[in-house]
Amino acid sequence: MAVLNEEQTMLRDAAKSWVQEKSPVTAFRKMRDSGVELGYDANAWNEMAEMGWAGVIIPEEYGGSDFGYLSMGLILEETGRTLTASPLLASGLAAASALVLGGSDAQKSEWLPKIAGGEVVGALAIDEGAHHAPEKVALKAEKSGSGYKLSGSKSFVLEGMAAGLLIVSARTSGKPGDTDGITLFLVAGDAKGVSRKRLHLADSRGAANITFDGVEVGADAVLGEVDKGYALLEKTLDRARAGLCAEMLGSAVQAFEVTLDYLKVRVQFGQVIGSFQALQHRAAKMFTDLELARSAVEAALQAIDADTPDVPELVSLAKAKMGDVFHLVSNEMVQMHGGIGMTDAHDAGFYMKRARAAEAAFGNQAYHRDRYARIQGY
Amino acid sequence: MADFGGSDLDAFRTEARDWIEANFPKSLKGKGSMMMREERSEPTPDMDAWRKAMGEKGWGVPTWPAQYGGGGLTPAHARIIQQELGRVGAYNPIGGMGVMMFGPTLLEYGTEAQKKQHIPPIVKGELQWCQGFSEPGAGSDLASLQTRAEDKGDHYIVNGQKIWTSGAQWAQWCFCLVRTDTTKKHEGISFVLFPMDTPGVEVRPIPLIAGNSPFCETFLTDVRVEKDQVVGPVNGGWTVAKRLLQHERSGLSGAGGGGGGGRSLVKLAKDYVGADESGRLSDSDLRTRVIMNEIDGRAFQLTAMRAMAESKANSGPSAATSIMKNAGTRWMQDRAELTIELMGHQGLGWEGDDFTAEELGAVRSWLGGKATTIYGGSQEVQNNIISKRILGLPDPK
Repeated sequence: MAVLNEEQTMLRDAAKSWVQEKSPVTAFRKMRDSGVELGYDANAWNEMAEMGWAGVIIPEEYGGSDFGYLSMGLILEETGRTLTASPLLASGLAAASALVLGGSDAQKSEWLPKIAGGEVVGALAIDEGAHHAPEKVALKAEKSGSGYKLSGSKSFVLEGMAAGLLIVSARTSGKPGDTDGITLFLVAGDAKGVSRKRLHLADSRGAANITFDGVEVGADAVLGEVDKGYALLEKTLDRARAGLCAEMLGSAVQAFEVTLDYLKVRVQFGQVIGSFQALQHRAAKMFTDLELARSAVEAALQAIDADTPDVPELVSLAKAKMGDVFHLVSNEMVQMHGGIGMTDAHDAGFYMKRARAAEAAFGNQAYHRDRYARIQGY
Repeated sequence: MADFGGSDLDAFRTEARDWIEANFPKSLKGKGSMMMREERSEPTPDMDAWRKAMGEKGWGVPTWPAQYGGGGLTPAHARIIQQELGRVGAYNPIGGMGVMMFGPTLLEYGTEAQKKQHIPPIVKGELQWCQGFSEPGAGSDLASLQTRAEDKGDHYIVNGQKIWTSGAQWAQWCFCLVRTDTTKKHEGISFVLFPMDTPGVEVRPIPLIAGNSPFCETFLTDVRVEKDQVVGPVNGGWTVAKRLLQHERSGLSGAGGGGGGGRSLVKLAKDYVGADESGRLSDSDLRTRVIMNEIDGRAFQLTAMRAMAESKANSGPSAATSIMKNAGTRWMQDRAELTIELMGHQGLGWEGDDFTAEELGAVRSWLGGKATTIYGGSQEVQNNIISKRILGLPDPK
């Protein structure tokens, strides 16, 4: 665990106790069983927003606390432990980052205070296919009067059902696959021509496919520069990826600890199964990998806070490593629990399902290994 | 010698720079890493002079107490010396097991007389130590060692056999684990010291798969050991040994160097395997595996940095320390395997001028590196330690 300052320690401790008290895994289970369309518990989200969590990376002048990304990561790590479903990542981190990095004063003034207060949920509408590919943008934005008209569709939009603000990547020139010619737009969730369809994913979180049918927006809806949105999108995505890694770290650590506890109580052949070396060494391997992954995740968050040039490679390092480790630990959680781990009544399945969804989000391990290699020059 | 407070580190930097400038022989520039890796060769007069100068100054072990010849400096000063050495391509000539493992242990557990006798020669780099721990029947299960020390009143007589004694053929002294009580396992072991030229000590180097012989068999026949050369209590040697092993493991993880050394794997891969028009390695399978190794190496280095920051902030070792040996050696062994694989047939040369020095070096490193997951507590022993001490998993009934 990184060396924390006083405010970070307080934030982490507050998050830890709230999560334990108000949002254990049973709360996630209840949310899933309720079938709520948003994919999260709105009351819990209100409490999180009241504690200021949605504004942790937002400057004070726009209603946030400006504590930075490592601080946000600490909260996400804690919520990740119990699989707490909320728009914290999509809105308070990803959408807020896009606005902080690329927004005009007017755009920031309009949206950031609402995001910080949790009144509006923001979401990134980026991908269009089965795999994360932020340059493969076909959704068109054509000049229309003084503004633009958006036509096309976006898939797997995290918190897409709740979103009151969509940050949409659109093609203003070039063809899908070009990094030039991409422009980001701010689109109100209730704009005419926006329609959404809820996706029922294995991890039970809120996600939607969204269609844009000739959605009219003004010129002031452009976030950043026309045709030059890719760089801003990449910076935004790197922040979202690092935050997601922190959440994954929390989930993986919890999955490991629950499994370790089980190894210490489950008795077979007259002894606890945790005394078997075959299982001990697999546990030691997981512990080793979790420590390595933690270093990568924290380094990425710290690099974002320090705004160093190695943010992209550290983020890809973290996402690749964390994805592999969460994958392993979640599989081992099911395996080491034996039959009980296969039952819906046990939480192991939740962690495994969440692991796969989180791995795929914002680029899976293969994507980030390739990106890391390209940055390194091969 | 001047008294350096925390505030005048800059002044110290100037002094260090001037002193190194005045004393480091230019002919040795950039030769440090080579000398550490190579098998023992005769030192040149310049090498001797440099070792002597650093030894007299105490800067080879800057943080050791000045009363025994050490630098008596803070870690901040030590870092400055290291930086200033690196700046001009100089190296620290004071090293080996005495510095890395035995010295720190003796400073903690030794008597005043033992420290006065043994620490100054280590500080000056005057003599080498070797480690008499493992035996043919006591490898991973070290505490089952059988080498027997019989109490003869004013001295002990030691009989037995040690193996994997690193550098025994060059060492002048040995720190050794012997059994002083045969009725107990861990509580029957003592930690003793004796000169390697004591009658009855016989050393045979063991040729290894990499073609070198860094380790020896050491036979002990009626070897006399003085009673004032027992470190720690009689039958209390296991505690001393465990501390020494901690020093050994932190030295072996590669955490300090964190390099692997030589050219970057990426550049090497492109030279041997080639790249496509977009600059990617043309062998996509190899590319993925090289990337995974690069990622593991970077995560390992970040963990070493994190562990250092944490132990500084919490003034105690970080939990991350326990994973360093396995993570570091796993990464380095994978890297060595990848290196010869991407060199293809050129990565299989044993000797001869059909191969570059780099290629021949890669083969020897690949083979020699296999020892890293065996010595200093094997990979499996490390996993046992993590399971039991960190994770709290029980022993089988």
